[in-house]
Parts: sequence; C-alpha cells; structure tokens
Amino acid sequence: MRDSRRWLLLVSAAAGLVFAAGPAAAQKKYGPGVTDTEIKVGNIMPYSGPASAYGLIGKTLAAYFNKVNAEGGVNGRKINFISYDDAYSPPKAVEQVRKLVESDEVLLVFQPLGTPSNTAIHKYLNTKKVPQLFVATGATKWGDPKNFPWTMGWQPNYQSEGRIYAKYILENHKDAKIGILYQNDDYGKDYAKGLKDGLGDKAKTMIVAEQPYETSDPTVDSQIINLKASGANVLFNVTTPKFAAQAIKKTAEIGWKPVHLVNNVSNSVGSVLKPAGLEASKGLLSTGYLKDPTDPTWKDDAGYKEWLAFMNQYFPDGDKTSSFTVYAYSVAQTLVQVLKQCGDELTRENVMRQAANLKNFRVPMLLPGIAINTGPNDFFPIEHMQMQRFNGERWELFGPVISGEIGS
Amino acid sequence: MEILIHQILAGLATGGIYACMALAVVMIYQAIDHLNFAQGEMAMFSTFIAWQLMQWGVPYWSAFLLTVAISFAGGLALERIVFAPLRHAPVLSHIVVFIALFVIINSLAGFIWDFSIKAFPSPFGTRPLFELGLLSAHDAGMMGVTVLLLVLLYLFFRHTRIGLAMRAAAANPESARLVGIRVGWMVALGWGMAAAIGAVAGMLIAPVVFLEPNMMLSILLYGFAGAVVGGLTSPGGAVVGGFAVGVIENLAGTFIPHVGRELKLSIALALIVAVLTIKPSGLFGRRITTRV
Amino acid sequence: MPPKIAALGKTAEAGPGTAPPGARRLAVAVLLLAALALPFFVKNFVVFQFTMALIYAIAILGLNLLTGFNGQFSLGHSAFFGIGAYTAAILIDQAGLPYWLTFPLAGLVCFVVGFLFGLPALRLEGIYLALATFALAVAMPQILKSSPLEPWTGGVQGIVIVKPDAPFGLPLTADQWLYFLTLAISLGLTVCAFNLVNSRTGRALMAIRDNPIAARAMGIDIALYKSLTFGVSALYTGVAGALSAVVVQFVAPDSFTFVLAVALFVGLVVGGVGWIPGSLIGGLFVLFVPNLAEQVSKGLAGAVYGVILILVIYIMPSGAAGLLRLIAERLRRMVGQGRDDPAGRRTR
Repeated sequence: MRDSRRWLLLVSAAAGLVFAAGPAAAQKKYGPGVTDTEIKVGNIMPYSGPASAYGLIGKTLAAYFNKVNAEGGVNGRKINFISYDDAYSPPKAVEQVRKLVESDEVLLVFQPLGTPSNTAIHKYLNTKKVPQLFVATGATKWGDPKNFPWTMGWQPNYQSEGRIYAKYILENHKDAKIGILYQNDDYGKDYAKGLKDGLGDKAKTMIVAEQPYETSDPTVDSQIINLKASGANVLFNVTTPKFAAQAIKKTAEIGWKPVHLVNNVSNSVGSVLKPAGLEASKGLLSTGYLKDPTDPTWKDDAGYKEWLAFMNQYFPDGDKTSSFTVYAYSVAQTLVQVLKQCGDELTRENVMRQAANLKNFRVPMLLPGIAINTGPNDFFPIEHMQMQRFNGERWELFGPVISGEIGS
Repeated sequence: MEILIHQILAGLATGGIYACMALAVVMIYQAIDHLNFAQGEMAMFSTFIAWQLMQWGVPYWSAFLLTVAISFAGGLALERIVFAPLRHAPVLSHIVVFIALFVIINSLAGFIWDFSIKAFPSPFGTRPLFELGLLSAHDAGMMGVTVLLLVLLYLFFRHTRIGLAMRAAAANPESARLVGIRVGWMVALGWGMAAAIGAVAGMLIAPVVFLEPNMMLSILLYGFAGAVVGGLTSPGGAVVGGFAVGVIENLAGTFIPHVGRELKLSIALALIVAVLTIKPSGLFGRRITTRV
Repeated sequence: MPPKIAALGKTAEAGPGTAPPGARRLAVAVLLLAALALPFFVKNFVVFQFTMALIYAIAILGLNLLTGFNGQFSLGHSAFFGIGAYTAAILIDQAGLPYWLTFPLAGLVCFVVGFLFGLPALRLEGIYLALATFALAVAMPQILKSSPLEPWTGGVQGIVIVKPDAPFGLPLTADQWLYFLTLAISLGLTVCAFNLVNSRTGRALMAIRDNPIAARAMGIDIALYKSLTFGVSALYTGVAGALSAVVVQFVAPDSFTFVLAVALFVGLVVGGVGWIPGSLIGGLFVLFVPNLAEQVSKGLAGAVYGVILILVIYIMPSGAAGLLRLIAERLRRMVGQGRDDPAGRRTR
C-alpha cells in the first residue's frame, strides 16, 4: 500500500508539473477542518452506557488512523480523529455532533453509531451540509440520496440480508415453517421486514411464529420454548451476540433442531459460537461479507495477516476475536480511500462526491468476490453477501455471492 | 396445556436466577438498611475474577472458593473505605455513591475484560435433567444452591452470636452500640457477606446468560422485583418472590395476546406495584418485621 | 420508615438561607445578567448545551419539589420527562399544533399522569416507592415503542420535528431563541416553585415530610397533598421534556431510559435536596460532567464519572446547597461576629 501511495504521489507530482498551467489540476480547495497538514474527522460512539460494547469500534478506528498517520497520512495530511461519547443517548448525540461541527469544525462526521443517535443527527447534518459518512447501522434509511444527500451507510443493510435468507428458504425449504426470534427495535424489525418482503406472498403462510425480546430480558429461553411449540422447522435468529449465544445453546439443550439462520451481526466464531458451544453451533447458517478473524480458513490469508499485524502493532489490547475490530478496520480503510480520491479538493461536497464514486473498491478483510460500489444514486456501499454454513469448526461459504438489493 | 407447563418450568429456571440475586439484595438490606444499586455489578465483577482465575488454570472449585473469599474481603473493604467516611451523609447521598460505584465497576470490567461474552462453566453440567429437557442440571443445581444458602442464612441469623449482633446493628444501631456491638464492623461484615453471596449468585447465573460487563443490569432489576414482592425483610420471601417473578413474566409473555410479548417486563412490574399497594411491605415482609 | 424521612428532612434544610438578603439579591441579579448575555458571546452549540442544562434543571426542580419538600422519593422521573416530550412531539407532528402551545399541554398531561401514579404510590414509602418509580422508568421505553402506541409514537424510530425559528423577526438564531424561551420558562417555573413552597400548601407539604403523623393530626389531607405533589412534580418534568423535544428536534424511546432518571436523581442530590436554586447546579452537572469525564479517559469514561461523583459527595455530602451554606456561615463568622442577621430566616 505504501508503494502504491508513493507511486500515486509521483504521478500527481508529475501531473502537477505538466499541467501547472491547467485550471484545476494543482489547485487546493479546502472545506472546514482541512489544512495542508491535517484533516479533521469527527465521530460519536457509545463509550459509556448500555451499548458501551460498541466503543471497541471507536477505539479501533482511532488505532487505524494512528497507523495511517504514522505512515505519512493521506496525501501527506494527518487525520485528526475526534471521537466523542454519546452514551447511546439521542440528545447527547445531538450535543456532541454539534460540538464536532460547530466547535471542532470537522470536515465530516464518520461512523456515528446506532440508529437512534443517527436519526437524531440526520436532519441537522443534512441541513448543515456536513457528510454523515458510513454510519454504523444497517437501517435502510441511510441510503436515500434524493432526500438526504449527505448521509451514507456502509454495511449491507438489515433488510437486504433478510431478503437473502428469504431467497435461500424459498429455494431450499419449500415446506418451511418459519419462527422468528428478533430484538424488539428497528434492527430486529428491519430484518423481519426484509425476510417478509423476500418471501412475498408466501410470508403469510410460511411464518408461523414471531417472538420479540427486549435487551433488558435476562434470557430468551421463554421465547425459544414458544417458537419450538409453534411447530416451526426454520428458526430465523435476529439477535445480538449475547442473545444469539443463548438461543443457540438453548435450542441444543431442549433438543430442537430447526434449520437455524443466524444473522450476520452474531456469527462470530470467537465471540458467539464458541461461548455457545461449537457442537451446538454445528449446522448453523448465516451470511458473511467480512472475514471472521477467528475462522481458521483465513489463517494464511494475506488480508488477515495485514489486519493481524495492524492489531499487534497499533491496538495490542484490542479484542482479536471480535468482529468489531475487523469491521472498524475495513470501514476506516474505506474512508481513507475516499479521502485519497478527494486529492487536494477536500471540501464536504467532494467528500460526498467521492464517497459516491467508489468503483469495485476492495478492502483486504472483505470476503472474496465482494466489493464496495457506490454511485450518485446508489448509497449502499456493500450489498453483496454470501451464505455460509458452520461445520463445527469454521464457516464454509457456499453458493454464489448474492445481492440483496432493495427492489431487486 | 403443554406449553403452560413448559413455560412454568422455564420460568422457574429463570426465576432461580432472580431468586439468587434477590437473596443477595435482601442480605445487604438486612445489614445496611438500604438497597445497594451496585450489587449486581459487584456480583458481575466477582464472576469475572472467578473467570480470570480459571483462565489462569485454577480448577473450578478452588476458583469458586477463592472468589467467594476475595469478594467477601472486597465488600468489607468497600464499606470501610468508601462508605464508613460517609456514615453521616444523608441517605440520598448514599444512593448517589451506589450509582457511582455502579458505573465505576461496570466501566472497569469493560476496560479490563472487554465486552465480548464469555462462556462460564457450570459445576453441575448443562445436560437436561429429564427427557423433555426443560430443566437442565444446572438450573436444578442453581435452585438447590439458592435454597441451601437460604437455610444457612436462616441458621446464621437466628442461631449465631455474630448473626444476631448483625441484625441488632441494622435494626437499632444505637441500642446495639450500647450493648457493646461494634456497629461499624457489623455493617462492614454485612457488606462482605452480601458481596460473597453476590459472587455465588454471579457464578451460578453466568453459565446461563453468559459473562459480560452488562450481564447483571436487568437481572438486578428482576432481583429487586423478587425481593420487593417477597418482602425486603424476609430472605425466604425474596426467594419465593424471585421464582414468582420468573414464572409470571413467562406466562405474561406467552398468554397475553399482542402486548404480552412486548410488554412482559412492564406487566411484571405493574403486578409488583399492585402487590405493593395491597401489601406495602411485600407478601412475606410482615412476619419478620414483627421484631420487638 | 420514620428514620429515612427524618434524614431527608435534614438535607432539606441545607440551603444557604443564612446569606443576607442583599447579597442574595445581588447574586441573583448577576446570575440573571450573565444568563441573558451568554448566548451573544458563545457559539451556537454552547447555547444549545446551556439550553439543555436549563431543561434538566427544570426537571430536577420538579423532582426537588417531590423529594426535597414532600419527602417522596422517585427514581422514575425520566418517565414523566418522556411523556412530556412525546406529548409535545405528537401534538406538533400529528396535530400540527404550534410548538409553544404544547408546553402547557405536556405539563397538563404529565400532571394527570403524575397525580394518578401518585395515588397508589401513597401506600408506598421510602425504598418501596423508589423501586416502584424505578420500575416505571424501566417500563417507559418499552411502553413508548409498543405496537398499540406505534401509530402515534412512531415506535422505535421515534418522531423527528422541525426546530422553530425566532418569531416576530427577532434577530436571533433558532438556538438563541430557544435558549431565551427556556430561560423564561425556567424562571417562571422557579418563581412558582418558590411561591408554592412558601405558601400554606408548601408548609403542609413540609409538615408531611417531617412528621406525617403530626401533619395528619393537624388536619392535613395527606393523601391529597401527596398525590398533588406528585402531579406538580410530574408537570415540571413534563414541561422540561416537551422543551427537550423541541430543542433536540427528536424523540425516541432510547432518549428516556432509566439512565435519564438516574441522571436527574444525581443532579438533585448534587445540587442539594430541598434547595430550589440547587436544581440549576444539578442541571449543569448532569450535562457537563460526563463530558469532562470523557476528556479524561475514553475507555474509562464511566469510571472517571463515578469517581468524580464520589468525590463530589465526599466534599459536599449534602450537595452544593450544604457546601454553600457552610461557606456562607464561615464568611459570616469572619465578617461580622456579633451581627445577628435579623432576617436570618431558616430556609424557606
């Protein structure tokens, strides 16, 4: 990567020499928060409060930008990453984002986490014309360039993934009786909606039970028992890691063996399946778009090794079994690419233009065959995933890379 | 009908968790005469200590005993260092300190052990107890331990010198001091015991819900609920209350159409408030309050 | 539980009421001037922060009336805050009401809810009441997002509303306008609180707090007064919630979790239970101290906040009110030994 950057610099320098008289070539144009040596990037994360588990993402982002800066920055500019705690509270999110925009004067707000927090700042940032870039939530509303041209998601949205499962069920289990276990919030409901949309007319007959749970529930045992009693033979498990592990363990304990689909949020081998029991996890189905760092498949993979080297050098305390660190690493790389593409025109407009101009961009921890693509009307960077089955030790990818595009 | 039985059994299993916690709640209430909002976090931290010991290769039962001992000492130290200087501060200030302890312990645990969930072994195994597999050996074991703790506590408070002294110190500090009881140390002892019971509760709960810094957040709430339903002054009542909350919650979630599933916690809480308005000191609270 | 209520009563007299009235008037004037000048000297987002602090102060004031002056204990005021916020948001979003009209309506709704909640709460005391209210706080987000209410509340997605501009062509930004509006409302509500506390009703409330049996013997209708106090307290907090909805432009169940209830409670104690101006200190504490903690350490933000909290309680066990009283007493002793303040009224 270092080489390619140097090469790029050389080319641009040469271009600068050749077209020195040209109009826009070497002209620098800066938006707020940018100087010749620095780009200010703002962020909010729940470092404290009930969702503090996600704080790991913020810490990994910071570590990655340290690495970028140690290696010379982006086009010679260091990234000044300013990350504030919003405690997963919408009013606090508004306060902190306003601080970022009005006091720190950042160029963009990157990876704000959580649907409630992002909804709270959605309108504000779009009115102020500040990029709300690569938000850390999979709700569908982040890809609406017509009404909200300053907001873009990153990960495959929850509904797309729900549709992928629907496709799989329709193709492989014609007599499916589906039971859904979902978290009672936007995340769970989006998944359920994606599945229902994907099933189309069949949704009414196929879905036999829906059991929500609250994050305040100590266990989901009661829900699992109800789902089993409903006679379902397919379990669609839309839960966060802790509850996913509980559900996997409980289904095994009560001797229920449905076709078990676990959402991507909770398919980490190290932080979900291992605690739940690898034997109990055997046969689970899920989808992936990132490489699981605990999956032995990637032991000798170049991308994995690169990530591992980064973790060892810049974030040695970080959790190497967590998918959050992989996620943050990949999304940070995407931002760096956007900033690279911006060249010397580091304005907010150009940031959005370049973010919407990613063509077949690959980051090392994406699964093979999946790339980041955006366009002026396509604000969903990652839309492809692949089905995978757990064999008791690792995920085995199978089938084609599937698109879950909304409206497809 | 079948589903009813299943849900009751599952409710008893989760109720065991609440009962365990409720017992710890009542314990500290007896010792210091208010609720410790940081109790769940203390139990969580103790469980992490046990987990860490096992990671270092200490066998289960040694780690178990060691953790109980460490927690006892920790609870004692906490009282002596943090609360003893505040003895004369208003009650509300004490509660703020509980809240402060809560966030400190939670944040510290996340900092040391991070937030990913960890499997915690069960001494009883997780094999189903019966053919149906509704109650696992661990669930049964947990209930057994809860009842055992209850009996031990009963004996301790009724028949040992120190237990009686502790009760005296909590019920009437002035008179207790007059008869030569070192009230300060009795309170500290109460803290230590509550922390130790919390540690046991934590280690029994963790195999079911998985160990992570936020694991006790809602369980403490249910524990409170159980303790309040049963009566804060009655350990036996607290245990019954814990089981009752577990069962009620499951039944509300299963049999009340539409809203039941979404609002089962709210329904359980409403029931508790209803119980309280009828019997303000809990179902079993009276019996023990009739002290002379 | 008589000992608890007695303990509450002790803190309730913690206000620095021994300061001479002249000095007090001067302090109020200076504070007011500073508050009026503030939005012209700081950035808009700082104005926003102070607006939020004022809003929390109003909510804490509501809590203070309940706890400080009536001896009832609540860990559930986030619920009333949320009801107020949602009332305002729904009225603006669905009924198209002008935002300023929603404040009194939100207050009214909360008064009724608070009063009704206060009725069963009558039978609960001390820790049991604390837990019942805490249960309310925990249940509220779930109720707000439950499907029967979803057509109005927008479920988990919440409701986004538009921020109003300054009316009458005033040369103010939206933030400055809302700040002044909030300031005016909080001043009005504070004056009302003072009057209430100093009235016959206020004395009845305190009598109930200090000695319910004697109060009953004097012919005070305890049930009525207690429920009324709950209603008024909820009214204050509900108005604060409505203001927050307009200022934040967004309501969602996640904004009104028990964490908010705990924050309000902490603000109450830090400011001083039973001392009305303490609510402002509490509001500032709730808003700014977590930011301070975060600046010290991101990974341990919670721990730092907790340590600050413990230190605050160590330094001022009865909140800012207690500390100020101590300082005022020291000063008085230093300045004029013999001069006995003729107006040395005990705290209100």
